[in-house]
Amino acid sequence: MDLFLQQIFNGIMLGSTYAVVALGLTLVFGILHIPNFAHGHLYMLGAYISFVAMTKFGLGFWTALVASVLVLALVGVVVERLVYRPLRDQPHINSFISAIGALMILETGVIVTWGPQAHRIPNPYPGTVELLGVTMTQQRLLLIIAALVLILLLQLFIKKTTPGTTIEAVAQNREGAMLVGINVNRVSSLTFAISTGTAAAAACLVAPIFMISPVMGALLGMKAFIIVILGGLGSVPGAIVGGYILGLIESLGGGYISADYKDVFAFGALLLILAFKPTGLFGREVS
Amino acid sequence: MAFKFIKEKWFYLGLLILALILPLIITDRYIFQLVIMSIIFAIATLSLNLILGYTGQASLAHAGFFGIGAYGVGLLTTKLGLSFWLALPLASLISAIIGFLIGLPTLRSRGSYFAIATLCFGVIITIVAGNWVDLTGGHTGLLGIPRPNPLTLPFAGKIEFESQTSHYYLVLFFLLLTLLVMHRLVFSLQGLSFMAVRNNEPLAEAVGVNTFATKILSFVVANFFAGMAGGIYASLIGSISPSTASVNLTFNWLTFLLLGGVATLAGPIIGAFCIPILMEYLQFLQEYRLIIFGALLIVVIIYFPRGLMGGIDSLRLWIKNSYTRRKAGGDKVVTPSGKSHQAV
Repeated sequence: MDLFLQQIFNGIMLGSTYAVVALGLTLVFGILHIPNFAHGHLYMLGAYISFVAMTKFGLGFWTALVASVLVLALVGVVVERLVYRPLRDQPHINSFISAIGALMILETGVIVTWGPQAHRIPNPYPGTVELLGVTMTQQRLLLIIAALVLILLLQLFIKKTTPGTTIEAVAQNREGAMLVGINVNRVSSLTFAISTGTAAAAACLVAPIFMISPVMGALLGMKAFIIVILGGLGSVPGAIVGGYILGLIESLGGGYISADYKDVFAFGALLLILAFKPTGLFGREVS
Repeated sequence: MAFKFIKEKWFYLGLLILALILPLIITDRYIFQLVIMSIIFAIATLSLNLILGYTGQASLAHAGFFGIGAYGVGLLTTKLGLSFWLALPLASLISAIIGFLIGLPTLRSRGSYFAIATLCFGVIITIVAGNWVDLTGGHTGLLGIPRPNPLTLPFAGKIEFESQTSHYYLVLFFLLLTLLVMHRLVFSLQGLSFMAVRNNEPLAEAVGVNTFATKILSFVVANFFAGMAGGIYASLIGSISPSTASVNLTFNWLTFLLLGGVATLAGPIIGAFCIPILMEYLQFLQEYRLIIFGALLIVVIIYFPRGLMGGIDSLRLWIKNSYTRRKAGGDKVVTPSGKSHQAV
């Protein structure tokens, strides 16, 4: 029973990361219809920025997190402007190829700058907490809580503020939004900034638990896509629930079936779902 | 028109002769090995071109199928002791059959969905190859895969495949074979339905093309040749590991394809030759290689979506137009031929 609870806890922790990262991807892929395949790599860059801020500039954990979010929001705006905007009215697959170009640049850039080896970020909260017979480090608990707060804030932003509602307006009807005077280009930039900023926040929270490495983003990016597709394109609750479900599947599958193949479960699930529902679980018909 | 046709024919004949006497020209063993690898990758890029360029479905599992072919030949020759000449078609067939099974669910989805689904499959292949230690040797991979067995032909006698020159002719034969099949396929009625699916799937469906069957066929044929390229690679190199199926390899071929010219037959070959050889001369940039590839991909897809071959086409058209304009006083202008270059 203890083992089971421990796995559930680990699953929720993994799921928190997945949910936050997938939420950011939902905004650009589901709402703006940009297949930002470099999302996972931007997440990885976020972890490295916080690593540099903490080790080179001696910033604290939270200041490094804020710095990383700001830098990545800026990087997101630049990526949208240079990589995706020129291809906006072209077939989807062209943006996808462009995205592959971007991720090659990001991954190799990080390898050239900081080396291919993994780095460790000092853990700001190394203590442990005992709860229901489950031992958890404070950092892991912090990740779960911070993810919930982040999700809540993002929801409030989209639903309650004017810039947030412009994003929804563009998602519903691009031409209509332009007619009522919404600057679509600015909304694209804003969405990208939020998307990569949240990814960076997730990366900074995870970084002290696991090591950071140039390849940490590739698999996560793919999983985020899986979650967005499974949860229904553009559905924010779908992405959140999907993230936690995937975390639990991986943790339980890895714990009880095989740890070596834990990544296969997620990818296998996608192949299976697409077999029965080619547009995703809650997806609409794509053109 | 006939004049141009003959001229083009001579050009290709010259190219073929050049290819046949190439071992006499290149004496450097290292460069020669590079040429052999380029030819194997050209076969893989040509087959990627069929599904991505002509049919418009971005399969990112291509290196996965290359890996299936490589492990197929490796296992069949080392564990079952089969001859290379039996193992190669078998491995290619296995790759095609797995392609069919994977195509059934994934080809029902479109655009980015298909790209992501195939990418997932590609990653699964790498994970399985790395962890199924009993079968694949895990991360160490398979070692000691035998070279192709000597072949006894009725008139030519016995051909051994030990020397580099013989390897060259072997891969050249398979490249020409692939090129022949692709040429026959692309310029047939079936080829037209591939392009119809790429240009407008609902429209193709409306005029009676079975789009799903068309996509499956293209995917299966592409994966057959990807598997074949992998099988040849395994036998000539002698050892394989999970990195033989890595996604980065697919990305490399994607670069070759897009820079050379998508949906042309010459483009993939030009890309697969020029880029590695160019990189060889830019050795000092080795670690920045993927950064350059990535930047090139973005620039090419935004500004020159038809690649080098597309550029040559436009140039030829421009020269022709200015020539006819001078002759006819500007009222006759050649328009681009019926080829459509809409998607990708």
